[in-house]
Amino acid sequence: MSDQTVLEVEDVRTEFQTARGVVRAVDGVSLSLRAGETLGIVGESGSGKSVLGRTIMGLITTGHTTQVHGSVRIAGQDVHASSPKERRRLWGSEVAMVFQDPMTSLNPVKRVGTHITEALRLHLGLDKKAAAERAIDLLRQVGIPEPARRMSQFPHELSGGMRQRVVIAMALCCDPKLLIADEPTTALDVTVQKQILDLLTSLAESRQMATILISHDLGAVAGRTDRVQVMYAGRVVERSATGEVFEGPRHPYTEGLLASIPRLSDPPHTTLRAIVGSPPNMANPPDGCRFAPRCPYVQDRCRTEQPELLEIGVRRTSHVAACHYPLPDVDTAGDAAPPRAALAEEIS
Amino acid sequence: MSRRLVLRLGELVAVLLLVSFGVFMMVSLMPGDPAVAVLGEGHTAEEYAAKRTELGLDGNVFARYVEWLGNALTGDLGRSLVPPENDVVGRVLAALPVSVELATMGLLMALLLAIPLAMWSASHEGGLVDRAIGASMFAILSVPSFLGGLLLIAIFANGLGWFPRAQWVRFGDSPLDNLYHAFLPALTIALMELALFTRVLRNDLLVTLHEDYILAARAKGMPPLRILLRDALRPSSFSLVTLLGISLGRLIGSTVIVEYLFALPGMGSLVIKSANQGDFPMVQGAVLLIAAIYVVINAGIDLSYGYLDPRTRRAHA
Repeated sequence: MSDQTVLEVEDVRTEFQTARGVVRAVDGVSLSLRAGETLGIVGESGSGKSVLGRTIMGLITTGHTTQVHGSVRIAGQDVHASSPKERRRLWGSEVAMVFQDPMTSLNPVKRVGTHITEALRLHLGLDKKAAAERAIDLLRQVGIPEPARRMSQFPHELSGGMRQRVVIAMALCCDPKLLIADEPTTALDVTVQKQILDLLTSLAESRQMATILISHDLGAVAGRTDRVQVMYAGRVVERSATGEVFEGPRHPYTEGLLASIPRLSDPPHTTLRAIVGSPPNMANPPDGCRFAPRCPYVQDRCRTEQPELLEIGVRRTSHVAACHYPLPDVDTAGDAAPPRAALAEEIS
Repeated sequence: MSRRLVLRLGELVAVLLLVSFGVFMMVSLMPGDPAVAVLGEGHTAEEYAAKRTELGLDGNVFARYVEWLGNALTGDLGRSLVPPENDVVGRVLAALPVSVELATMGLLMALLLAIPLAMWSASHEGGLVDRAIGASMFAILSVPSFLGGLLLIAIFANGLGWFPRAQWVRFGDSPLDNLYHAFLPALTIALMELALFTRVLRNDLLVTLHEDYILAARAKGMPPLRILLRDALRPSSFSLVTLLGISLGRLIGSTVIVEYLFALPGMGSLVIKSANQGDFPMVQGAVLLIAAIYVVINAGIDLSYGYLDPRTRRAHA
């Protein structure tokens, strides 16, 4: 582990006890992230990506019905072994989160300024005046016009995009080393989505902040992240450098996801290929590979034996996939492979 | 904002007019003949008729209402029919502070207990403490107030001797003594309201605690107690504040049982006694005042929603 490593996740499992049995929403995920590095986590609804985000934060309240196994270390501190007080110190100052819906993640009865200043005063011990000055500066950094006036407004007086900027300012206020953005643009207008994503990326870069961008939208992740992790039914199925995943997916699920995105270069009236079937029942997942029932290349072995997440990369960068029969690498497949060059740029 | 206030005031006046008319007409619903009540049994029909004329009970109802209302606006509600034929306003104003104090003190005590209980309950949803609080609240709710009052008297006044009973010291005479004497009756009232307040606030808090902005506040590292007080309490207090307004208005006129138990000279006892004696000017005056207080309190509650939730305020032009 180098000094640069901000996040280390080891074999994390998040289990919920439900009436129909134990649901492993996150099932054995490991990953690490260095300062300034950006990781995109993509997958369908229910793939466990949001639960993973909250598990990394330590925001999942464990008890009789909810359990977290494995370890999460942020800046060297084990999140789940920490006392509630230590964890609260971690939140805001070391790790922060941007939530999906800015309409509901700001308190309707609190002024915009208070949302930011209260964290500044708690974590940095600033006085009222210094906190207000810093909050105004933060609002300016996230591109909010007339920041001083916005401070005394209520969230409902701001547009959705402005509110999400406030949420981002709130998350950044104590200079966290790790930012987790959970579907930060899903609830926003299409025109605003790109602005918010670009803002997040440029802030992460200028602050050398490790960032996890969780999204069901591949386009949001392409071109904005260093690496992409594809999740299916609580497990990581593929992870590699973003360009490599988009240009030469090795897991059939990733290929299916990419094929279901419309592209400008497609001729008109091209039928989009959807992945047939639906994600498995998480209380009773299939025995072998969880994607086997929907996989177009399925073999007998896939139905009985769960594939490990293995290194299959042929280049300098790591490329892992959990598949018994990974798709051929673009370079080695020759002419048979579909042209995927520049795809990542096109859909971003 | 000012336009809204003016509209609100107009509404208030209209409601008060309706209420006052209802209160005035109430007399004709009262059992018994006021003339008989004043003169007593065994007089001739002519004497009763003459008394009725003297009391101004014949003639046009509306004309009489307008005259009564006009007098009421100048602070004159007539005289009591029953000896010693006191001034109604004087009697009512003597009884009102007792009731207002009891109701306010009772509600404050109920709130002081209900808010922490509800917060504890809601933040430990489904836990032992939550269930224990829930069960005790239902137990308290099912005890009739006269029984609760009797128990408090038996334990704290007669048994332990910590508090006096059947005495009232006016606030003006000795504030501390007054609070001391008002404690047990106020506690009786508090227990009546406590259970409902706790349940309502707990349930609203539970809804609020599942909001995203509570999760966001946690993710900022805010301590749990601070989140409960600063983030959750205010958005959860609509039902409680509404209930509070209704309770305060209701309690001022209907703490009769408690007043009887502790022999307190409040509004409830005054109204009941006067009604039994057929003393209609007294009943009219007292009920009018109670109704007016009720209406004004609830208008105030309506206006407080703007403070509780800025979204209900009218946008500034």
